[in-house]
Amino acid sequence: MSTTEVVAPLLSLEQKRRSRNVGLSLIFLALVSAFFLSARPGDAGFKLVESFTLVLPAQPFAQALAVVLGALGAVQLYRGFGKWTNVVLAFATAMFVVGFLAWATSGGSFNLTGMLQDTVTRSVPITLGAIAGILCERSGIINIAIEGQLLGGAFAGAVLGSLYGPWVGVLGAMAIGVGLSALLAVFSIRFKVDQVIVGFAINFFSLGLTSFLSQRVLTPYPEYNIVKPFTPYAVPLLSDIPVIGVALFTQTYFVYISVIAVVLTTWFMYRTRWGLRTRAIGEYPQAAGTLGVDVLKLRYRNVWIAGAIAGLGGAWWPIGTVGRFDQNITNGRGFIALAAVIFGRWHPVGALTAALVFGLAEAIQLKMSNLDTGIPSEFLLMAPYIVTLVVVAGFVGRSRAPKAAGQAYDASK
Amino acid sequence: MKLELRGITKRFPGVVANDNVNLALNTGEVLSLIGENGAGKSTLMSVLYGMYKPDEGQIVIDGTDLVFASPADAIGAGIGMVHQHFMLVPVFTVAENVVLGVEPTGALGKLNIDEARRMVREISDKYNLDLDPDAVIEDLPVGVQQRVEIVKVLLRDAKVVVFDEPTAVLTPSEIIEFFEIVKTLVSAGRGVVFITHKLKEALNIADRIAVLRRGKVVGEVDPKTATESQIAEMMVGRPVQLTVDKNSAKTGDVVLKVTDLTVLDADGRTHVENVSFEVCAGEIVGIAGVQGNGQTELVEALTGLRKATRGVIDLDGKDLTHSNPRERHQMGMAHIPEDRQRQGLVGGLSVAENLVLTRYHDDQFSHGVYVDWEAANAVAETLITEYDIRTPNKETGVGTLSGGNQQKVIVARELSRDLRLTIAAQPTRGVDVGSIEYIHSRIVKERDAGTAVLIVSTELEEVMALSDRLLVMYRGKVVAELDPKKVTPMEVGLYMAGSRPDSAVSA
Repeated sequence: MSTTEVVAPLLSLEQKRRSRNVGLSLIFLALVSAFFLSARPGDAGFKLVESFTLVLPAQPFAQALAVVLGALGAVQLYRGFGKWTNVVLAFATAMFVVGFLAWATSGGSFNLTGMLQDTVTRSVPITLGAIAGILCERSGIINIAIEGQLLGGAFAGAVLGSLYGPWVGVLGAMAIGVGLSALLAVFSIRFKVDQVIVGFAINFFSLGLTSFLSQRVLTPYPEYNIVKPFTPYAVPLLSDIPVIGVALFTQTYFVYISVIAVVLTTWFMYRTRWGLRTRAIGEYPQAAGTLGVDVLKLRYRNVWIAGAIAGLGGAWWPIGTVGRFDQNITNGRGFIALAAVIFGRWHPVGALTAALVFGLAEAIQLKMSNLDTGIPSEFLLMAPYIVTLVVVAGFVGRSRAPKAAGQAYDASK
Repeated sequence: MKLELRGITKRFPGVVANDNVNLALNTGEVLSLIGENGAGKSTLMSVLYGMYKPDEGQIVIDGTDLVFASPADAIGAGIGMVHQHFMLVPVFTVAENVVLGVEPTGALGKLNIDEARRMVREISDKYNLDLDPDAVIEDLPVGVQQRVEIVKVLLRDAKVVVFDEPTAVLTPSEIIEFFEIVKTLVSAGRGVVFITHKLKEALNIADRIAVLRRGKVVGEVDPKTATESQIAEMMVGRPVQLTVDKNSAKTGDVVLKVTDLTVLDADGRTHVENVSFEVCAGEIVGIAGVQGNGQTELVEALTGLRKATRGVIDLDGKDLTHSNPRERHQMGMAHIPEDRQRQGLVGGLSVAENLVLTRYHDDQFSHGVYVDWEAANAVAETLITEYDIRTPNKETGVGTLSGGNQQKVIVARELSRDLRLTIAAQPTRGVDVGSIEYIHSRIVKERDAGTAVLIVSTELEEVMALSDRLLVMYRGKVVAELDPKKVTPMEVGLYMAGSRPDSAVSA
């Protein structure tokens, strides 16, 4: 495709619409700040460390916020921020979240550091699920089945963890993840069934089977469903740093493993032969195939690895947190991981960032249900999903999926 | 090295794509394989490259029988292929594309990208290909992309290089450069198979020409003595007329008037920029240009399939910039789209259904919510006869017809009514020579009946032969308006490549 550079700021209709929507969103946030968040007087205390609490006067902050957001929105509508739009939007959203927390806490105080720690913890299954998604989609296979793989991993982790200890539970969860991904691989690669449909089938299969086994086995034999979870491990020295020492370095192995997974995936994807071939078969498998790369074999292998990582993410529930399995314990986190793949633009670091945003949404939702805000708890439960929708619809406009994702490989094309 | 194909037969359900094909090639020579679309050229080459297993026959290299289970085996045996659709990953760099599959690596499979760059530079320098290893493929013009494909083949040390329709996407001056590269390859002791349907080029470059028809080699000719019409007759199986027969145009009033049309896509990239032109009744205006210079988007904007970002489109003085495709259609606009499978036809519907696709809602066919299939079928029968559509019957699924007959279905549907403007994009792409003759004569007939005609084609010969006036598009702009009778293909080619003939160094 040959295209010319845009010299004048001429925008296509789609770009104009997107730009206007960002402006309107900012104005909307400004209005919420002005008429809703500023309605509660009192100071909000954000406890950072034992000896220091940051105090924010909720009402003046909300008023200032309304002015700033309104101004940003006006500028956006009037001439647009161009390439800075996403930065401005991210900044505005972050400030709005602070304002929202100040409003909810006004007259009291809460442990901000604890909430950040919770954010990181809760991002784990989303991060690992998203890496599983990236590995598949970069190889040209759409993995809708992350949810089912997480759930299967959680169940196996609970049972095997109860019987043989947490590390065996982790390995068992990864094995189940591989098993479920092998189904995805065979049907989508060998039999060329529509990948989205296979993925959904796996999700329902996994939900049905684990629910059935949970009722018939785990309920009558509770000794199969009691894991001794990992306890947080404080990294020497690093964990003594104020605020981030607790948030980042006083965590279970799961957090450290998922960060390592992000680093390794990034390195392998962009620096190695495997990564080059993987990206090639996701973008244009025929190009790799005609050069003698075995496209199908590589796809199989990557889908299996992805399954192991998703299974590991599933083990987080029984072994990283509550120590047991419950029906549908994953509750849609696999789909949120899928959103993190897209929001993170198919890059592991991007996905980690997205997972942290979703983790924050969950952490806030939990905090809110403890604070007396007058917002119904059912509404708060929706928060992570609403964030998903807004994020995917609002930010994702321009990101580009691997071209061959979802297409069965046909060597003769 | 001597490469032989002995008695290759490849069958697909219902078709024999290759029927007992025998061919031989020595290194140091160019063999041109010529034949119509569907004659079995590509299947034969896929067999040679290990992508299909032949049902019968052998591939023999230097007297040894070989079985290729995959392209890897063919590459190993010294066969390289430059496919018609380039096998390049658009988001990768030149170096990444070239080394894919034979990557220089260190510990843990770490890519040695410096070594890859060095390998590209070495070959590029040796054969004078002028490639930047760090350029990203999607930013490169097709001519350069083709050189990347050649480097890929050379890096794997291919003794025989197969080019599948290599000139289809090139401008005339790029074609001359390409022929220079082919000559270099041959003088370096490699063999070249040149697959094409363009007779002139085969005569120009080949040492031998093998003609394929309906899966069989129908003969081999010597380019020194053969003529175009002789080869064309071998290809088609009957004498064909290769030139377009037409009188000079009797131009009437302005029908289509395009003013400052600019088209951007959703990502804000400009595809058409400030384009203005007119098409009058009774004339054919051609738009020439290399694929991907905004012609597709221009046609989509004219026919209402894509929104114009700026500018005005008038038909008979009425502004239809914001009209939808059906409104435009009802104002007398016909559209023969460039991709008949995606835009022109519904493959799963019958010939008859496709023939009334644009009219089923007229009173003639629709009574309330009912479609009067008797009336529709009657019209379809008439069109099938009138436009010589070769179909078993009107209920046949249109997707099962040959490319030429599918195209005739579209031509019949679009041209069989009172028209003011006909827009035809790539009207003969993938169409057999017999149908090309017919479609061209139909378009000229339409012009002589007083319709304004706009032809968009990347086949320079076609667009020059049909047009009364010729526009050239380059990077979204109309860069020249020419009289096709007064310019040579070479001059038009220079405009297509973005340079001006008077200022350019002749190639």
